[in-house]
Amino acid sequence: MVKAQVEAAVAAVLDPELQVLSIGELGMVREVSVDDDGTAVVTVTPTYLGCPALELIKADVAAAARAAGATRVTVEISMSPPWTTDWLSETARTKLADAGIAPPARMSLPLLEPGCPRCAFPDTSELASFGSSACMALRRCTGCGEPFEHLKAH
Amino acid sequence: MTGLFDYLLGLGDDALVAAQRTSEWCAKAPQLEEEVALANIALDQLGQARAFLTYAGELEGGGRDEDALAFLRDAHDFRNAQLVELPNGDFATTVAKTLFLAAYQNLLFTRLGRTAEPRLAGIAAKAAKESSFHVSYASVWTVRLGDGTPLSHRRMRDAVEEVWPYTHELFEPWSAPEAGLDPATLRGRWLEIVERVLGEATLPRPQDGWAATGGRHGRHTEWFGPLLAEMQSVHRAHEGARW
Repeated sequence: MVKAQVEAAVAAVLDPELQVLSIGELGMVREVSVDDDGTAVVTVTPTYLGCPALELIKADVAAAARAAGATRVTVEISMSPPWTTDWLSETARTKLADAGIAPPARMSLPLLEPGCPRCAFPDTSELASFGSSACMALRRCTGCGEPFEHLKAH
Repeated sequence: MTGLFDYLLGLGDDALVAAQRTSEWCAKAPQLEEEVALANIALDQLGQARAFLTYAGELEGGGRDEDALAFLRDAHDFRNAQLVELPNGDFATTVAKTLFLAAYQNLLFTRLGRTAEPRLAGIAAKAAKESSFHVSYASVWTVRLGDGTPLSHRRMRDAVEEVWPYTHELFEPWSAPEAGLDPATLRGRWLEIVERVLGEATLPRPQDGWAATGGRHGRHTEWFGPLLAEMQSVHRAHEGARW
């Protein structure tokens, strides 16, 4: 009972850098276990090794799990297998596009340049290979001329 | 051959010292976009360093964490290649250093991502993807500067020649049994990548000659001491302090 609540609460924690997505939608939550005495262990895989938001995510996860009924919470970090943008859910991709951020191409497909998330024009160019965070690039649509962010496939 | 602990130190120290050097561009880069890019590359390197050094400390079992390993070792205990401690020089020198290091790390991490040692493989597989962005960033700039104006061409060519002697050390025999690879086997593929970029940049590939060596055994350049002093000063002045 508590486990389901903790799982739901942890999955709903928002990513501090991509405020439109939860860590559940990002595919970062690997495992949630809750003992009979309410001790929860949550395993999370970071989206990249130097993610500066990781400490904040750990604190938010612990707070969410406690609010959902866990008595003690340990947040563990697992690097293996490594996170990839292919773990993003379909909902996550739609939400990114709705927020004006071009979602990453699927690694399993040939890497295509992203279309404009605002006007869907296919031809866009890169302005800077790193944007507001390391996982983003800054691009501009050659159709509508608007700059937009692109979550890079990795 | 070296033990896994020493090997992890080398991987972590390459990343840590590269992160420290690259972050010196903060507030000094030629354009805002390059400042953001270099800061993000430094951040990737720092993340890799943290993962490798944390693992090294746990493996050692002596109670040293990532901070103790980063801030409380002296120069002769660092296992990084000398390439990463070279001064940044002008922007072209930084681009050359980044290209050579990232191409090496990308090949190395891709291989280590397939080793049987699961924790090393997990960190390496993640780091490989990060370093592929560093390769592409540095390649674009090498071509833009090399195939640019006479001035940018000359400075990019000088940078490549200046840094080249420090690339040989990356391929010296230095490995742990768990890594299951001889770095020398990576040089052929590394040369292919680097020569393709240099070719597109209309730059000559420097002749192999004098080669720097010793970093993996704790012998470092004259520039390493000041870098370490700056990196470690706050931690050493306030040892054990917590936020």
